[in-house]
Amino acid sequence: MRRFVLIAVPYLWLAALFLIPFAIVLKISLSDVALARPPYFPQLDLSTGWEGFTSFFAELDFENFWFLTTDDLYWKAYLSSLQIALTSTLMTLLVGYPIAYAMARAAPEWRPTLLMLVILPFWTSFLIRVYAWMGILSNEGLLNQFLLWLGVINEPLTILNTNTAVYIGIVYTYLPFMILPIYSALERMDDSLLEAAEDLGCSRLGAFWLVTVPLSKNGIIAGCFLVFIPTIGEFVIPSLLGGSGTLMIGKVLWEEFFSNRDWPVASAVAVILLLILVIPIILFQRNEQKQREAEG
Amino acid sequence: MSQNVFAPWEDPNEKPLIQFKNVTKRFGDFTAIDDLTQDIFAREFFALLGPSGCGKTTMMRMLAGFEAPTEGKIFIAGQDMAKIPPNKRAVNMMFQSYALFPHLSVWDNIAFGLKREGKDKDAIAARVEEMLRLTRLSKFAKRKPHQISGGQRQRVALARSLAKAPKLLLLDEPLGALDKKLRQDTQFELMDIQEKTGTTFVIVTHDQEEAMTVASRVAVMDEGRIIQVATPAQIYEAPNSVYVADFIGDVNIISGRAKPTGDKVATQWAEGQPDILGTTTTKFDAGQEIHFAIRPEKVAISTEEPQDAANKLQGKVLDIAYLGNISTYHVELPTGHVIKAQTANTRRLSRRQITWEDKVWISFTDTAGVLLER
Repeated sequence: MRRFVLIAVPYLWLAALFLIPFAIVLKISLSDVALARPPYFPQLDLSTGWEGFTSFFAELDFENFWFLTTDDLYWKAYLSSLQIALTSTLMTLLVGYPIAYAMARAAPEWRPTLLMLVILPFWTSFLIRVYAWMGILSNEGLLNQFLLWLGVINEPLTILNTNTAVYIGIVYTYLPFMILPIYSALERMDDSLLEAAEDLGCSRLGAFWLVTVPLSKNGIIAGCFLVFIPTIGEFVIPSLLGGSGTLMIGKVLWEEFFSNRDWPVASAVAVILLLILVIPIILFQRNEQKQREAEG
Repeated sequence: MSQNVFAPWEDPNEKPLIQFKNVTKRFGDFTAIDDLTQDIFAREFFALLGPSGCGKTTMMRMLAGFEAPTEGKIFIAGQDMAKIPPNKRAVNMMFQSYALFPHLSVWDNIAFGLKREGKDKDAIAARVEEMLRLTRLSKFAKRKPHQISGGQRQRVALARSLAKAPKLLLLDEPLGALDKKLRQDTQFELMDIQEKTGTTFVIVTHDQEEAMTVASRVAVMDEGRIIQVATPAQIYEAPNSVYVADFIGDVNIISGRAKPTGDKVATQWAEGQPDILGTTTTKFDAGQEIHFAIRPEKVAISTEEPQDAANKLQGKVLDIAYLGNISTYHVELPTGHVIKAQTANTRRLSRRQITWEDKVWISFTDTAGVLLER
C-alpha cells in the first residue's frame, strides 16, 4: 500500500501537470477558431445534457492538421528546426567534448571546482544570459568593439539577428548538458586502459579513437539527446538572438498563439512537435537502459 | 651441479637482454630508483620483490616506456631505450588491473595488438586462436570482460600481452586479485607458459611466496635499491642481510658480538648464556656487531636436553600456532628473547607432548643459521 502511494505521487503530479494540459491542447487543436473568449469553438456545454456532449464531439475535426500541410511555412519550420537542432548539437559536441576530456584528465582535487564552474551559469536566469549575449553580439557590442580595437575588422560584423547568433546562443546555453554526461563517462575510465593500448602498439591518437571515444559513447549519446530534444522546440533563443530569417517551430508556435490568436492551429503545431520529440526521447531512454544493463 | 641448470647469469659470455646502467629515477624530491645497475638475461623469469614504494613498479614502468629514467640508461637487446616510446618497444605488459578493454570481446582484446601491426586477417585469427588455446579460453572468445570470472580475466590479460610474441613480458602484480587457491594454480600455469613460449618474464610482486615459486632469480628491493639478487633457494638459505632474511619467510634474529673461534664464529649475545656457534665464509673481527639468523624449521624443540647438539638453549613455551601440517612454537628464553621453532606434525595431535608453559630445549646445528654483518 505504501509503495502504491509512493508511486502514485509522481504519477498524479505528471497527470495533473502534463497529461491534463496535453489533453486540453489536443482538444483545442481539434476545434475551430472563433472570435470569442476563449477564441475557439466548440465549448463543452453540459447544461444541455447528453445532447450537448455529442454535438461537442461532432464539432471536433482534424481540419487544423490538414491546414498545416497546405501551407509550406509549417513543414519548412519543422525542417529548419530539425536542421538547426542537429547542427547545434554537433557544434555543442565539438566544443563540449574537449572540455569534458580536459576536466576528466585534470588533477582529482581540481575536478569538483571545474564541475562547479560548468554548473555556475545556472545560478543566473537563462533569459538574462541570453540578453547578455545580445549585448555582446550587437553591432556596437563588446565582440565587435574588441575586434575593431584589435584591427581584425574595419567595420562591425552583423552577428545579432542572424542564424550565427542563434547557434552561439544554443551552444552556450546547452553546453553543460553536453559536458556533464561525457565527463561522467570519461571520469570513470581507467587510465591504465590507455597505457595498455599504447603498450600494444597504438599511438596516442590511436588510443584516443580506439579506447577513449568508444568508452565515452554512452556519454556522447546522452549529451546529444539532452541538447537536441530541447533545442528543437527552442523559442527564446531564436526570437531574441535570431532574425526574421530564422525559422524555428517554437517561434511559429508563439506567433500563432499570440499574434494570430489562432489557438487551434497553434495547438496542432504543438501536438505535431510533441509527436516528433517522442522519437528521440524514446531513443534516449533506450540508450540509458542499455547503459544500465551493461553496468549491472 | 649438472650442466643443464638454467643459470645464464653465471656465464660471463652470455649477453644480457636487459641492462640497467646506473639508473636513477626521481619524482620531484622523491627518489624512486637510486643508482641501480642490473642485468636480466633472455628466457629468465625475473622477480622484483619488495614492499610497496620500494621502486619495483617504477623499474617495470621504465622497461615498458611509461617512465623515463632521470639519469642512467636502459638497454634492451643492446639498444638504448631512451628515445623509444611504449608503442615501438618489443615489450608488452600485463597490468595489475588487467586493463582489459571493456567494450571489446575477449577475442578482440587479444587481437588488439596484432591489428595494430597491420597483419592480415588470417594471420591474426590464427594467432588469436593459438593464444585462446594456450590460456584455455576458447569457450569465452565472444564474451565481454565483465561476463567472465576474475581468473579468466587474468588469463585474457596474459593472452593479450603474449599475442605479439614480445621479447620481454612485464607482469605487474599479476595474481594480486585472485584468491589463494587460484593464485597457486595460476603460478604454475605462468611458469608453464613461460617455458612453452620462451619469453623473458619480469614480474613485480610484494608476495614473497609468489616470487619464490615462479622466479628463476629474485631481486629483493628496498627504497629504490636492489638489496640482493639470487635464486629463490639462495635468497632463502643465504640471505645477505637481515632485511632480506626478514623479508623472505620467517626468521629468528639474534644480535650480538662476534668471537671467531677456529673455522667457526661464535656470537656472544647475552650474559650467562652460551655463545651461539655458526659457520660462515665471511670474515668477522672479534667484537664486531653480528646478527645470527635462523629459520624456525631449522630449530628443533624437545622436552629433554638434547645430546651432541652444537647449540642448545632452554626456555618455556609461550605460544603455539597450529597450522595443520606444521606447528610453530614460540619459546621464551630467560633473557626475554622469543625464538620460533617449527615442527612438522607427522603425528596426530593427541600424541604430541609439548604444551603451554612447558620447559623445553631448543637446539640447532652450527650450520643451520647464517651470520650477517647487517
